[in-house]
Amino acid sequence: MSDMSTAMQQQVHDAIGSRTPLHICGGNSKNFLGHAPQGEVLPASMHSGIIEYDPRELVLTARAGTPLAEIEAALSKAGQMLTFEPPHFGAHATLGGTIACGLSGPRRPYAGAARDAMLGCKLLNGRAELLRFGGQVMKNVAGYDVSRLMVGAYGTLGVLLECSLKVLPRPAASLTLIHECAQEEAIGRMSQLLSQPVPVDAACYHTGHVYIRLAGSEQAVKQAHANLGGAVIENAAPFWQSLREQQLPFFHSGKPLYRVLVKPATAPLAIPGAWLLDWGGAQRWLASDAPVADIRKGVAAAGGHVTCWRGHAPAAEIFEPLPAPLFKLHQRLKLSFDPHGIFNRGRMYPHL
Amino acid sequence: MTVAAPAIERRTPTQEALCNGLLALLPGGAVLTDPEDLRPFECDALAVYRRLPLVVVLPETIAQVQAIMRLCHELQVPVVARGAGTGLSGGALPLRDGVLLSLAKFTRILHIDAPNALATVQPGVRNLAISEAAAAHGMYYAPDPSSQIACTIGGNVAENSGGVHCLKYGLTVHNILMLKVVTMEGELLSIGAETLDAPGYDLLALLTGSEGMLGIIVEVTVKLLARPQRAQVILAAFDDVVKAGEAVGAIIAAGIIPAGLEMMDKLAIQAAEDFVHAGYPRDAAAILLCELDGSNAEVSEYIVAVRHLLTHNGATEVRTAVDEAERQLFWKGRKSAFPAVGRISPDYYCMDGTIPRHRLPQVLRQISLWSGEYGLAVANVFHAGDGNLHPLILFDANRPGELARTEEFGRRILQLCVEVGGTITGEHGVGMEKIDQMCIQFQSGELAQFHALKAAFDPDGLLNPGKAVPTLHRCAEFGAMHVHHGQLSHPELERF
Repeated sequence: MSDMSTAMQQQVHDAIGSRTPLHICGGNSKNFLGHAPQGEVLPASMHSGIIEYDPRELVLTARAGTPLAEIEAALSKAGQMLTFEPPHFGAHATLGGTIACGLSGPRRPYAGAARDAMLGCKLLNGRAELLRFGGQVMKNVAGYDVSRLMVGAYGTLGVLLECSLKVLPRPAASLTLIHECAQEEAIGRMSQLLSQPVPVDAACYHTGHVYIRLAGSEQAVKQAHANLGGAVIENAAPFWQSLREQQLPFFHSGKPLYRVLVKPATAPLAIPGAWLLDWGGAQRWLASDAPVADIRKGVAAAGGHVTCWRGHAPAAEIFEPLPAPLFKLHQRLKLSFDPHGIFNRGRMYPHL
Repeated sequence: MTVAAPAIERRTPTQEALCNGLLALLPGGAVLTDPEDLRPFECDALAVYRRLPLVVVLPETIAQVQAIMRLCHELQVPVVARGAGTGLSGGALPLRDGVLLSLAKFTRILHIDAPNALATVQPGVRNLAISEAAAAHGMYYAPDPSSQIACTIGGNVAENSGGVHCLKYGLTVHNILMLKVVTMEGELLSIGAETLDAPGYDLLALLTGSEGMLGIIVEVTVKLLARPQRAQVILAAFDDVVKAGEAVGAIIAAGIIPAGLEMMDKLAIQAAEDFVHAGYPRDAAAILLCELDGSNAEVSEYIVAVRHLLTHNGATEVRTAVDEAERQLFWKGRKSAFPAVGRISPDYYCMDGTIPRHRLPQVLRQISLWSGEYGLAVANVFHAGDGNLHPLILFDANRPGELARTEEFGRRILQLCVEVGGTITGEHGVGMEKIDQMCIQFQSGELAQFHALKAAFDPDGLLNPGKAVPTLHRCAEFGAMHVHHGQLSHPELERF
């Protein structure tokens, strides 16, 4: 629980002077994502502590180095949660790393992503200036939405110092239904749920079974179960937890792992490999030995995009390459925040 | 005698080239220069600011928008985009030497894709029309600003519009997937994706609420949600606004997130009641409208819980709408609050601050004190769930000095919102109206960063110049900030 912002600001200031690239590092739990970090480590995990949390306001503000586990424990005590159910990928995961990577768990299609929960932030830009954007209120349209821009920017635009997030009550009840079927039928079932007034908060397809998690008030869950029917899994929490944290055996097959984003109703993709469908079919995991170029081509044909997640051969592009005009805009935006290009250089895209 | 209108005689060679160029690009009737034709475009819903543009263009294809932008970029002419003109902050106020680009002809719903829960529409489609078109699939588009029968989705994106259901369903930024945007240079960009995440920076969030400063929105893909099985409204009356505020906190602390949670104070209640006869208790100091939605069983469960909480927190009367007609009537009173106040006062000025909810008693008390001090009545309507306060200051513009006093009163309210940890605008945008209050909310470093960000999209500052983000010089004059020349963090940047 300490404020390290002055020391961090000094390190950024010095790095600007010597043009030293900085590798912003929180709990080091997501180091495997993106291109290899370069430069001197800027430690961020000591800048830690929950600054403000009043459950009645549905807002939590914490320093970016605060362990995610500490935040979740505080919320849990008040019967609340982070809406986007972020994966930790390690015991030391921090709030800042979670936001910078913009990762969301199984609830994402139904309860929103990390960026949807973001209300405000304090950051250091590449001029070593300490700036505040957004705020601690739900509705705020003063100025450009820089806070949300930071989500998923992999630290390339600035060093997050504090984040304010919208939080919500934990559902009173939860129930998981399971049904054995082929992938195509599972996609149809999950897609149909989107246009039905059913309190679904997670849906996935794994080893020949579709899993539907209902969550809400006692009555809401009971009624939805009565309407949908199907077998109930007792104590499904460990299953969802290992999906969220990628601890299911599927994620450790030894084959390269790809994250594939498509529209949820997209038919099964004819790319060789093993598939696990999360987010009701909108986020699909592929374990495959197929060449990256073939995977990208197949997914692009379905209007989707691919991230090389783990275990892949060294690739020129880990995230989906951007069209040239859009990439040029990314470079100009990067320069507007980080004119000397010192933050997490090349972590997201080469030359960014 | 028929001669060219004076406006045309005053044109510079560049303006002449612009008008001729536009006439060559667009069909007849899509380029307006006659002052009479320009008049309907002189202001948005903040009518205290009015100005005629040099020319209005009404393109109907993306290619035409691109061609217009290329021409304006080449001639370095500023461009202001406009949807339905229902904005409340002067964001669509034209420029005398600029082009006003109306998206009014982009009115087609391109496709509704129920299996993927999305709809792609042109920017001039009205907010409500999307939900009407999605209804056949049992779906709807969630954000519902009060002006939803008239306002367009393009304008909603530009302002990040909210509505009475934001607490549960979010703002525009939470309910869109993809935009097609034409840059100042005429380039067409896809921002976001039909997939839930898009590669690269979250430019979708950046464009949402950017008030026409970063690009022209020419297509919008929105998320659709399943229409809840049932919605029910409870009306609760209180003899004290503080008690009403506490009841709001109690509902949320109980783990219930209502679909809508609205508060009105005595003057707003009376004005609305006199106008639409919604059945509001005229003698209450405050009422709360609490809407619960979901499955039948869920709504029934929550109604019992909320009624109990309201009674326990001092409600003098708690009523559940008996049927859909009464539910609509309860909402009609709230949604008509602005015009209702318009009936009891020659003019009113609508403020739009957001505050942390627990500061409500303090802020309302201070507003009431100032109301006495300025001799100007205030009616308060409040999106209580998310802390967004709309004080309506009643005044008469025909009384000398009253508008100036009203504006000063309004500025003090917004300053107070910032002081208690809130913001100067929850959902109406900065536009022209709150440009000076931006100097209260932000320091020079943040403002310089905003200008740098804007320059990444629009290096020449031709998109809606003068709105949304004040120059540091303007803030220095406003007195909220002290800037030494030469000590700006970005001396190379133009300040517009």
